[in-house]
Amino acid sequence: MTHNLILRLVSKTVIPLIIVFALYVQFHGDFGPGGGFQAGVILGSSIILYALVFGLDAAEKVFPSTILRLLASLGVLLYAGVGVVTLYLDGNYLEYTVLADTQIAGQHLGILLVELGVGIAVFAVMLIIFFAFAGRGRP
Amino acid sequence: MQDHLSLLLVVIPLVAAPVAAVLPQGRLPWFVALMVTSACATLAGMQLWAVVHDGVISYELGGWAPPWGIEYRIDVVNAFVALIVSGIAAITLPYALLSVEKEIPDHQIPLFYSAFLLCFAGLLGITQTGDIFNLFVFLEISSLSSYALISLGRRRQALTSAYQYLIMGTLGATFFLIGVGLIYAQTGTLNMMDLAERLPGVSGLKTIHTGFAFIMIGFALKLALFPLHLWLPNAYTYAPSVITVFLASTATKVALYVMVRILFTVFPNGFVTATPAADLFVLSGIAGILSASVYAIYQVDVKRLLAYSSVAQIGYMALGIGFASAMGVTAAIIHLFNHALMKGALFMAVGAIIYRIGACRMENIEGLGRQMPWTFGAIVIGGLSLIGVPGTAGFISKWYLVLAALEQQAWISVVVILTGSLLAMVYMGKVIEALYFKPVTETNIVVKEAPMLLLTPTWILVIANIYFGLDAEFTVGVAEHAARALGVVAK
Repeated sequence: MTHNLILRLVSKTVIPLIIVFALYVQFHGDFGPGGGFQAGVILGSSIILYALVFGLDAAEKVFPSTILRLLASLGVLLYAGVGVVTLYLDGNYLEYTVLADTQIAGQHLGILLVELGVGIAVFAVMLIIFFAFAGRGRP
Repeated sequence: MQDHLSLLLVVIPLVAAPVAAVLPQGRLPWFVALMVTSACATLAGMQLWAVVHDGVISYELGGWAPPWGIEYRIDVVNAFVALIVSGIAAITLPYALLSVEKEIPDHQIPLFYSAFLLCFAGLLGITQTGDIFNLFVFLEISSLSSYALISLGRRRQALTSAYQYLIMGTLGATFFLIGVGLIYAQTGTLNMMDLAERLPGVSGLKTIHTGFAFIMIGFALKLALFPLHLWLPNAYTYAPSVITVFLASTATKVALYVMVRILFTVFPNGFVTATPAADLFVLSGIAGILSASVYAIYQVDVKRLLAYSSVAQIGYMALGIGFASAMGVTAAIIHLFNHALMKGALFMAVGAIIYRIGACRMENIEGLGRQMPWTFGAIVIGGLSLIGVPGTAGFISKWYLVLAALEQQAWISVVVILTGSLLAMVYMGKVIEALYFKPVTETNIVVKEAPMLLLTPTWILVIANIYFGLDAEFTVGVAEHAARALGVVAK
């Protein structure tokens, strides 16, 4: 892959844009189309593009498998944890209303955190699957 | 705490699963799983007690009122099934420690327990939820994790059998989803109670009948109902011992629960008898009992033999459902519980043999009965229960099943049930012959009894088999209560 100058230059320019777009989809998901799942996939695809162009080893240096496993668990825990917090605040499970003073603020905060959990988990799992398949046959 | 009982049963294992995945190697993940399953078993016991004494529990997730939000709706039926699932899990976990250390590579153990907890959460979720789409989500959680768990078996065939199960299981789940979609298109609701109100008005429509057929076939695949059982023998044979114990005594039971729930609660009473469904259940039950029992006789691998026996036992439950009477459903629910006990005990005993000699083919286990008397004892009593000898739990289920068949004057079914017992005698006899009446082979003479940590859980289940065979008040009482809660009326 060393000679593909155009590919390398274009990816270097595009990858930050993809990441920004992923963050937009993530945090604007409660107002427009989008959400955690889509954002996680977009963010994951930026790293996959990096791995395709610059090699698997370089990508795994950025996100080693231990970090990815932590992130995947963290995402699920963030989601389930929001529910547990609402339980402590005398609400039902995932009843976001109790998270803040007003109902709207509570619902907003709740869905934001839950979608963040989804985003992190999807991102990490995408990469875990990609690395697992791409890394087959390596010593 | 009391208010959130039904929810905590699902949330605790769901939160513990990602935690177990990131724990370091060693015994910590096992300990987390042990704590979680014991806690869930306690909660499930409290839940059953609460439901029996105070009536149905309804829990609104996210505070959204049903039928818009997801509702957990617990009556005696699902409280009972949840208790079976979590009880079996709690008994399996002490057994798991040594067996898993032997069969699973060290670096995969945290992930193993994580997948186990996910599967556990999924199965509990299926039993708790009152929303038919939410049920599908939990079905996928439990199925996907069980594919992964099966593929962790020691032999390479585990991979192909997990793949086979994946294809069949995914087909089943897809069929279920198509059926739910068709029914949603006609009724506009996914809440089971709401569906029960709306379905009588539209139950003549072709769409509803098609949806019903899709749901039934889908779950028949998950249930391994004859002739859709082809994935089961391989999956049970090659899965790690602990997973065979757990899946054999819980996963098919949960699938059967869903079947009963949809047939008798969601769909209007009489729908099952008005359609050919009831007759098909009886037919597939009869065919399953006979053919799977005969197949079991010809197996040379003990685990595979027991797996075929499971298919036959599922046939008994299908028979009970097919009668569509209060008595039949009671018998099916009794057998659901008793079969969990007997197959749990038998697979645990076989797992103990595998722990010692690493295999369980007939030629490997010759004469082991004398080297491992306690394990052998567990197999004998479990086998007697499977046959249905009086004084064991199996007798109670057979008794009620025969009563239900007599009530319907289904003479053929009566003969089939009794023939099934005779066939069970033959295949269990084969195992016992190899274990006890064959001379000890030279390699087996040095084999010692399985460790206490494996024997104790096995014997808890064995003693449960005898206890529930002598005192059937609890099982029969709850099962009758459950059949009433489902709203089954006589044909």
